Amino acid sequence: MSFTDILFAFAGLFGLFSALLVGVLSLTWLERKTLARIQQRAGPSVVGPHGLLQPVADAMKLATKEDIIPAYADKLLFWMAPAFVAVPAFLIWLAIPFGDRIAVRVLDLGLLYLVAISGIGVVGLLMGGWASSSRYSMLGGLRAAAQLVSYEIPIVIVILSIAVLVQSLSLDAVIGGNTITIGEATRDLPGQGLIPFAFVMPMGFVIFFIAGLAELGRTPFDIHHAESEVVGGPFVEYSGVHWAVFFLAEYLNTFVISALIVVLFFGGWSWPNPPESIFGNDLSSITTNFVGGAWFMFKTYIVAVTIFWIRGTYPRLRIDQLMTFAWQVLIPLSFVNFVLIAVVLFYDWPLWMMPTLSLPILIGAAIGVQRGRGVRDRPQTVRILRRSAGEIGRPMPNAPTQTQISGEGQGGD
Amino acid sequence: MTAQLVVFYLLGAATVLSSLGVVLTRNVVHAAFMLLVALLAVAGIFLVAVAEFLALAQILIYGGAVTVVVLFAIMLTRTDDQPRADHSQRLLAMLAAIGVFGLLVVAFVVSDVASLESATGVATDSETGFENLALGLFTDWAIPFEMVSLVLLVALIGAIMLARNVEGGE
Repeated sequence: MSFTDILFAFAGLFGLFSALLVGVLSLTWLERKTLARIQQRAGPSVVGPHGLLQPVADAMKLATKEDIIPAYADKLLFWMAPAFVAVPAFLIWLAIPFGDRIAVRVLDLGLLYLVAISGIGVVGLLMGGWASSSRYSMLGGLRAAAQLVSYEIPIVIVILSIAVLVQSLSLDAVIGGNTITIGEATRDLPGQGLIPFAFVMPMGFVIFFIAGLAELGRTPFDIHHAESEVVGGPFVEYSGVHWAVFFLAEYLNTFVISALIVVLFFGGWSWPNPPESIFGNDLSSITTNFVGGAWFMFKTYIVAVTIFWIRGTYPRLRIDQLMTFAWQVLIPLSFVNFVLIAVVLFYDWPLWMMPTLSLPILIGAAIGVQRGRGVRDRPQTVRILRRSAGEIGRPMPNAPTQTQISGEGQGGD
Repeated sequence: MTAQLVVFYLLGAATVLSSLGVVLTRNVVHAAFMLLVALLAVAGIFLVAVAEFLALAQILIYGGAVTVVVLFAIMLTRTDDQPRADHSQRLLAMLAAIGVFGLLVVAFVVSDVASLESATGVATDSETGFENLALGLFTDWAIPFEMVSLVLLVALIGAIMLARNVEGGE
């Protein structure tokens, strides 16, 4: 490793860091504006044109705010926890390609890297939750761990199906296709230049999107910092810069999940190709790469807005619904998706067989969940919930009403 | 001294120190976090040895999953920050630890690592190393591989059975 290599590495990291900070600031503004539009408000509009400088003002406010550390907190862990959440969120971006073999570090094991690094953030949430020495933080941390570990499984299985589809773990192969040699024969595996994988494996896309939302801990899956239940989860005791770092990590993760959805399912920089007549098709040319990168960012922001839109539309799930949904619906479906893609590739069926086979299953599963067949409440949970049916905002469909419980005493089973 | 060697010594020091921390700290949660640091440092050593796949698998399984499960168990069952050490087994534990360490040293000295590498066909140096690893796992070593997953499954079912019995057999 020469001196220039090290210099380039630092330059890349620094450039990425600054770009990501700007991206996060823009995302906070975008989220507040989107939510405001949904709720028929104006949103931030005072600082700068259209409130564009609001995030900067917020950042300054947070940076100058008093940093309170609770007296009984475990100081070291309390101080380290935000870093444990934020650093992996930054590191994931190292592998994301912005153009043909253009990334801070082009990795052959890119897909595995994404999965591995994103798993560490959970520890930071647990750490923060425990170190705050507050019941709410602790509960929030445990909830976060349970949720993130559960939803990581469908994500990993879907990523595995994509790896099987392109026969590679490299993100460049996921976008640009791959050619493999088995014995004498070579075989071209499709990239996403023509058809993005969202159309090849719609089931994988839906699973990834839902599980990705849950990994972010965003509404409707934000039970680990549900304000009405655990106040603010692991972040209750945090303030000032420490809180800002958690916040930063959350937006970075939103950004990363949007980017991953674009890279894995919507062709990253390559789909749809910019018209050859205007830009030429030379992948090494700066114009093509610039257009590709801009295209990639544009799609990423569209996905991010969709995520904000969902936040503005749906209410929060209950914790047991959330867990059963992961274990009884998403994980089996992701395995079905994996087996389907393996079968299609093994028997050399045309790729359109994949959506043809998986769409009916997906629609069936959706109808099943809608009717409550997929996510059946466990008798134990039903008993607990019936006992406190009055206190929970949205009573269960089959829960007895308040008068039934108090009047006739037939609420139990 | 090359840059690689410096990084290796740093990571090695981190591994040893954090492992010592795991054993010596009186706070169970701190021990769990130390364990995480030790496991991540080992992943770093794998990276220095250009075994990217091993490093990433280590981070994914030990850094992400196992530590979280350990922490979860500690946090849900913790009754006291500093449990009283059980001194009655001290001698036995010491003997067992020394025995295992000795066995490992002997195994490492006796075994011929180079010939082992060529026998398993698992080279760790490049892209082909990763491919060889996959081929080895699913062809020559398929039965041991499946055995390992079977063991894990049995452990899982056993854990469920234990947990159910405590609940009172529902």
